[in-house]
Amino acid sequence: MTALRRPVTVTFALAALLAASACGAKVDENGDSTADVESCIDTSGDSVKIGLLNSMSGTMSISEQTVRRSLELAAAEINADGGVLGKRLELVTEDGASEPTVFAEKATKLLQSDCVAAVFGGWTSSSRKAMLPVFEDNDGLLFYPVQYEGLEASENIFYTGATTNQQIIPALDYLRTELGAQSLYLVGSDYVFPRTANAIITAYAEEYDIEIVGEDYEPLGSVEGIPTIVNRVQSSGADAVFNTLNGDSNVSFFSQYSNVGLTAETMPVLSVSIAEEEVPGIGVERLVGQYTAWNYYQTVQSPENEAFVAAFQEAYGSDAVTSDPMEAAYTSLYLWRNMVEAAGSFEVDDVQEAAGGISFAAPEGPVTVNGDNHHIAKTALIGRVNPEGLIDTVWSSAGPIEPDPCLEGYAWAASLERDETYC
Amino acid sequence: MDAVLGQLYAGLSLGSVLLLIALGLTLTFGQMGVINMAHGEFLMAGAYTTYVVQQVVGGAGLSLLIALPLAFLVGGLLGVLLETTLISRLYSRPLDTLLVTWGVALVLQQLARDVFGAPAVEVRTPEWLKGNVDLFGAPFTKGRLFILGLALTAVLVLGVVLRYTALGRRIRAVVQSRGLAETSGIDTRATDRLTFFIGSGLAGIAGVALTLIASTQPYMGQTYIVDAFLVVVAGGVGRVRGAVLMAFGLGVLQATFAYSQSVSTAKVLLLICVIAFLQVRPQGLFSVKSRSLV
Amino acid sequence: MIGSATPAEAAAAEVSAPRARGPWTGRAAMLATYAVAAIVLFGAAPAMLTDFRLRMLAQFLCVAMVAVGIGLAWGSGGMLTLGQGLFFGLGAYIMAMHLQLSSAGPSGRPAFMVTGSDLPWWWELFRSPATALLGIVAVPGLLALLLGLSVFRRRVKGAYFAILSQASAAAFALLLISQQNTIGGSNGLSSFRQFFGFALNDPVNRRMLYFIAAGVLIAMVAVVHQLRRSRYGELLTAVRDGEERARFLGYDTAMVKVVAYVVAAVFAAIGGALFVPIVGIISPQNVGVVPSIGFLVGVAVGGRATLFGPVLGSLAVSYAGSTLSEQIESGWVYVQGFLFILVVAFLPGGLGSIAAVVRSRRRRPAADELPRGVPEPDAPDPEPTPADVRSGGA
Repeated sequence: MTALRRPVTVTFALAALLAASACGAKVDENGDSTADVESCIDTSGDSVKIGLLNSMSGTMSISEQTVRRSLELAAAEINADGGVLGKRLELVTEDGASEPTVFAEKATKLLQSDCVAAVFGGWTSSSRKAMLPVFEDNDGLLFYPVQYEGLEASENIFYTGATTNQQIIPALDYLRTELGAQSLYLVGSDYVFPRTANAIITAYAEEYDIEIVGEDYEPLGSVEGIPTIVNRVQSSGADAVFNTLNGDSNVSFFSQYSNVGLTAETMPVLSVSIAEEEVPGIGVERLVGQYTAWNYYQTVQSPENEAFVAAFQEAYGSDAVTSDPMEAAYTSLYLWRNMVEAAGSFEVDDVQEAAGGISFAAPEGPVTVNGDNHHIAKTALIGRVNPEGLIDTVWSSAGPIEPDPCLEGYAWAASLERDETYC
Repeated sequence: MDAVLGQLYAGLSLGSVLLLIALGLTLTFGQMGVINMAHGEFLMAGAYTTYVVQQVVGGAGLSLLIALPLAFLVGGLLGVLLETTLISRLYSRPLDTLLVTWGVALVLQQLARDVFGAPAVEVRTPEWLKGNVDLFGAPFTKGRLFILGLALTAVLVLGVVLRYTALGRRIRAVVQSRGLAETSGIDTRATDRLTFFIGSGLAGIAGVALTLIASTQPYMGQTYIVDAFLVVVAGGVGRVRGAVLMAFGLGVLQATFAYSQSVSTAKVLLLICVIAFLQVRPQGLFSVKSRSLV
Repeated sequence: MIGSATPAEAAAAEVSAPRARGPWTGRAAMLATYAVAAIVLFGAAPAMLTDFRLRMLAQFLCVAMVAVGIGLAWGSGGMLTLGQGLFFGLGAYIMAMHLQLSSAGPSGRPAFMVTGSDLPWWWELFRSPATALLGIVAVPGLLALLLGLSVFRRRVKGAYFAILSQASAAAFALLLISQQNTIGGSNGLSSFRQFFGFALNDPVNRRMLYFIAAGVLIAMVAVVHQLRRSRYGELLTAVRDGEERARFLGYDTAMVKVVAYVVAAVFAAIGGALFVPIVGIISPQNVGVVPSIGFLVGVAVGGRATLFGPVLGSLAVSYAGSTLSEQIESGWVYVQGFLFILVVAFLPGGLGSIAAVVRSRRRRPAADELPRGVPEPDAPDPEPTPADVRSGGA
């Protein structure tokens, strides 16, 4: 016993000693620390590394795999076009495994070990929240391609999906002015995006005298509460349903919805998380005529989009569909290229400096980077699901809408809580 | 009143889904003591069977009817394969069975992903299961009514088979005393395999039913597995009667909670109720009278 | 297949195993192992690994802490805890709440609260470092005590205990998800700037975290070592192999199990608490059913009933998961699944027992698959029937 204790005690002493001697910077009074890691991007060769970080396994892989494909497509096109600043793009791919901690781990690896110039990926808010401190601490760049709840604007992240004033608010305008909705029922998955979206919707409704007749949340990936929710929606008599359900819950929701006799005519549903690739899984017949709000549909008429869809279908099969997050990811790689070429450098500081005003003729239409909040100006499109399972545009905003992630330009939103770090 | 009935129907519907899944478990877990974490993946296999049949046959109604026996066969064969290759080595180590079958579940999920792709596939609902019927003034959707009917039929058939057929007698004999059954000339290994076949086949049928209300994707089996085990444990292991009561009880209870609380909170409350219930009655609702001290 | 050794013999073999195995005598081997562990963890690893790899190792060490606890509860005590995520999560969330409060901006509000509502009162409990540290140990410890007392007093065991513990982890994860406004919901808690005053983005401080994790892990192994060698350890193994016999001999078997369960819970909580500053985020995904089973994989692979098996197995599985997933991405799922199936089904003593299995095979060609000295912990009394699996009973 005593003989054994000794080495253990020694080990402890050693540990304490090492731990004490290893103390680094303390946090100063402003809460800022002094230490920062220098980036190690290697531009000496004829290629430059970028990281693609998407979930290739786990529940989110359903969506993120398609994003990976469009990123790879964009990289191949850029390489065929001579690369960026004359350097070929070398892709370092990582699997986020649908887990925030893995995203944080792989992001650290991409920045510290692979020394990539930028990382493209992430999908869920939790994956972005997990990666955010990694990119800020290591001074890296993340291009995040998915619409999200807003109220965030990190210097180290470029948000190429919509923020709330480019998707939620135009959708509400459409429901109010075009469909004349006086009352809304809010249905969403139980996580931060629907909760925040519904807080915004409630503030909006107060301003415009719209009645919120109910608000329900279903846990992510669960379907058990759906019959209850549909019961309540039906008996509420709302003019329209605002749907922020994500993933599989939608299948149950729309199946139950049409089965109890509700249709797009009697009570329209406007969804913000259903894109082209989810339509077959939910069932086209259950969705026909229902509304969606995005910034891109496969049916968008433009030479850029025709080229994008054709290239995508050539690479991944003629029945492959394109959707908003895929397009936003595709666009993000081109935006980064344009930023780098404008800066004439791969260094993060230079790219950040040059980012403001960079634009690209994207498949969705022209987009421009806002240098202050690192979001991009995009056009809002309201669509309806057609019998082929694609989405037709039925309304679009007058032009690209300037991103306002903190909703500073909306007086009625003043009461909303904001993350004081960014807003 | 409508709201109350509506919630009651919602609860019955949830209960029937739980029952279909738990029924197979009452055989494999209850009667044989095997904790099969891959049960949910057999369910997934049943759902994908429906998808494949629909691709081949075309008509949603006909393919659903073909899929029911076929999914039973697919689920059952997967079960027998698992039983003969792995579980038969582990009958004396029930906890290890749990871990091994969890590994099997992982592999099956990934396999489904690689074969059918990660996105959910579309399984169309037959025309005659669309819409709803009015029961006492509140709507009950036909699809869920079908599942309720399917679950009750399965219970009935299983009950009859276990009670009145030679096969049922054999299964019960092996469960009650393996040694005695063996001495009486019953081929216990064959009986094990058969029991496992039926239990896993029932999971396949549950999978067919789920295509009517949920999405068909590689991870669908995970959604219900913990709940289904709780139904079996709380109902009294090996008791079909207990599983039926517990499944509907839990379904209605959750729907009741969900009416006044959020759905997540309802689920938490339900789980806490079951855990508390098992503290009071660890042997479940119905227990086999046993003189065993263990 | 295990009927050959009576539980009592198995227990005896187990207790004497560390002393009898290998060319060295037990004590010398143990001393050497501790020395090697200290040299590797405090000397070689920090010297040879990059900051990123060291951060990964620190993360693996936290998971290994949970494994050490499971090794005691499951390996020595026969309690298959499928719900360690509950305790891991409690420790992690308490630490995360403390770090968020100390990292919060001028208003003192944590960063996730974007949808309004006030800070719940129980956040304030963990504002001071002292109460936070106390809470990390006390809250999960007390919960485990309560759960353990009610479960083991009722003689719930085996599969029933496993499923109950799994349900408790599931309920905990759901509870967190439903509390968007008070605990961050499915996003969890992240964006920590400092750890008790030390900046978390400073590589030197991150090394400090690693050293703390390494020291704590070695301490935990030492604690388990002492417990296993003590009379209590013998009693725990005796309860595992024949609870009825131990009870008839007059021991309070429920209490014996509760102690191991509480120790395992506290270890998991400490692992969770250190996981938070090292990884930078904790979310319900880290505490639910799947991660709870994930904790077991390493323990099973390394050898549940051995002292170092759970740690080494856990580290190896974490490492393999991290590096293999870099190379083959989704293929890792197959590797993990098959590894788990093969080890648990055919090598229940863990990978460390390969040599022993081969040796016993050579000696007795038709012998059972179990290596000597690693008894089957889950085996109920000799004749397994469903009634044996059943809890409570008469």
